Amino acid sequence: MRGTIQLAHGSGGLENQQLIHELFFSAFDNPVLAACEDAALIDMGKMAVSTDSFTVSPLFFAGGDVGKLAVAGTLNDVAMRGARPQYLTAAFIIEEGLDMDILRRVVASMKAELAATGARIIAGDTKVVPRGAVDELMINTTGFGTLVKDCHAGRIAAGDHVIISGDIARHGACIFAAREEIAISGLTSDCCSLWPAIAPLLEADLDIHAMRDATRGGISAVFNEWAQQTGLTFNLRQDDIPVSSEVRGFAEILGIDPLILACEGVFILAVAPEDSTAVLNLLHRHGHPRAALVGVVESSPEPATVLLHSAYGTRRRLEYPSGEILPRIC
Amino acid sequence: MQAADTLLQLVRSNEGIRAFAERIDAAAAQLRQPLRIMEVCGGHTHAILHYGLDQLLPESIRLVHGPGCPVCVLPQHRIDAAIHLAQRPDTILVTLGDMIRVPGSSGSLQQARADGADVRYLYSPLDSLAIAADNPDKTVIYFAIGFETTTPMTALLLDQAQDRQLDNLLIHCNHVLVPQAMELILAEGGAVDAFIAPGHVSVMAGAEQYRRLAETYGTPVVVAGFEPVDVLDAILRIIQQKGNDIAEVDNAYSRFVKTAGNSKARQLVATYFEPHDDFLWRGIGRIPGSALKLRRAFASHDAEVQLAACCPAPAAEEPGTCLCGSILMGLAHPPECPSFATACTPQHPLGSCMVSNEGACAAYYKYRRHP
Repeated sequence: MRGTIQLAHGSGGLENQQLIHELFFSAFDNPVLAACEDAALIDMGKMAVSTDSFTVSPLFFAGGDVGKLAVAGTLNDVAMRGARPQYLTAAFIIEEGLDMDILRRVVASMKAELAATGARIIAGDTKVVPRGAVDELMINTTGFGTLVKDCHAGRIAAGDHVIISGDIARHGACIFAAREEIAISGLTSDCCSLWPAIAPLLEADLDIHAMRDATRGGISAVFNEWAQQTGLTFNLRQDDIPVSSEVRGFAEILGIDPLILACEGVFILAVAPEDSTAVLNLLHRHGHPRAALVGVVESSPEPATVLLHSAYGTRRRLEYPSGEILPRIC
Repeated sequence: MQAADTLLQLVRSNEGIRAFAERIDAAAAQLRQPLRIMEVCGGHTHAILHYGLDQLLPESIRLVHGPGCPVCVLPQHRIDAAIHLAQRPDTILVTLGDMIRVPGSSGSLQQARADGADVRYLYSPLDSLAIAADNPDKTVIYFAIGFETTTPMTALLLDQAQDRQLDNLLIHCNHVLVPQAMELILAEGGAVDAFIAPGHVSVMAGAEQYRRLAETYGTPVVVAGFEPVDVLDAILRIIQQKGNDIAEVDNAYSRFVKTAGNSKARQLVATYFEPHDDFLWRGIGRIPGSALKLRRAFASHDAEVQLAACCPAPAAEEPGTCLCGSILMGLAHPPECPSFATACTPQHPLGSCMVSNEGACAAYYKYRRHP
């Protein structure tokens, strides 16, 4: 198939069938999908489910593209719950006139990212909408995973150690720089599947209480959500939060706080203090060399909050991100 | 990027911050009376709260926050003018980000936009040129705002609009001047013993512009940068001046600020602008010569001349439900306002100090609400 996407590619007729079989089925081939029924049958016990829609401009950016985001983003949410990502549904909403090659590259990227977790796409949908109704391409994915260990905010306790898995804000900075045409060499998105790092943590039977990936709103949003959900105070040491020099430079130029910029491959863990060293060691060994212990959780007589402590003895609130700070990025 | 990183490490280093804090402690112990230091620039207010620098100072040194946010000091009738202008048919009103949210006497530009007005915000005033060129059938009005830092860009915009004969580009000028506001605070008995003078403003206008102020009122003025070490360095220099009973202009931001400023930028501004006889500052009142307007020769680009019917005259000071006026004069701290963080929040600002990111109330809300 060549050329551009036409409205006919979503009409349910011959062109629609061609697109599904030649592009999607050949890339995502598996027995459940190949059954070609109205619904897929899967056999699962207690499972974690998450859904998300992905739209990003530009579609391709340093370190990833909308397809990689759509697979990794949703499966990361499943993994954060302590579940092994297994299945994914994918719905494509395509703007009439999109170059077929662009769609092909996005699908190839999704296929490659699925290999990182071994998850399979078992159901899908294609819609073609008139020009202007969507910006090139939007992908919705829903992920399913079998629960391995029940991780959730309710298990966070006073005394827990807080770990950040890598240097923050790269995705948000990368997309913003691309849009504003600011060239910063070495600045790439952190977009990646986190399951390869989570699996060994769950296998090692460490006392991990909660995990959350820091997407929109950055690490600030995660810590503030946790503070609100748990009623506990999160004390963070500012200097221990990993930030690359590229991101630091970008943030400096534009006056944007990296703490509120999105990540797509960084997650935060609350763990029992006796296990934090073991968690750090495993993260360092499995692709996250900059993982760092950044703070502790405390019970709070005052309203729960997130406090940033400087190395020179001052402290300030880390605010919840608010308002339209950045253009939409994922 | 590497060089920038190294410089930042110097002016933000923990050791540097601690060392300055210790020297300030020692110097302040020699003072005979407490010292109230006003930072005039919103960028400094932000830096002080962001880095918690006030937490490092001895009790005898109190920082008070001045009228350093151009959005905060804009009176309602001028915001109303922006809204009226935006509501004209075949008009595109362009301005800088924060202006969009500021409430006038009824509504904001944001609301006008939601009701159908074409209001756009820009990163650079020069982007107005392309908008005017692309929309020859419309009137494009740049609502210009800012202290001496942003005025040269508006002058350049006017310069290029002339060159390209973009007759459909108008400017509504709200550029205000820092030294005049500082002088008013001293003349009206504001609670200030010394000033930290703005860094970016001084890059353009020069450190020299504060000399008369220091000499006439015996008030130390130190120009400062925006990193923690920069601000602490300025505070230390002020304490040292006080300790030695001197009052002069000192430049603690000499890596960017020259005594005479940026002469090319100053020349450009002088070509296109002249002082207003009288300009109303929100919460403060009228200050003679404290703002700029387009020179008469460029009246064809002056929205206040061409579209005078849309620009209401200054009204009496609006009734206040908040302490913005006292806060801008350095007489009150944001948390002392009964509306602070209750009726007045960044999502629903009552007063202008809460609207702009650089406003003192917004800074306190952001960094100090709970603890």
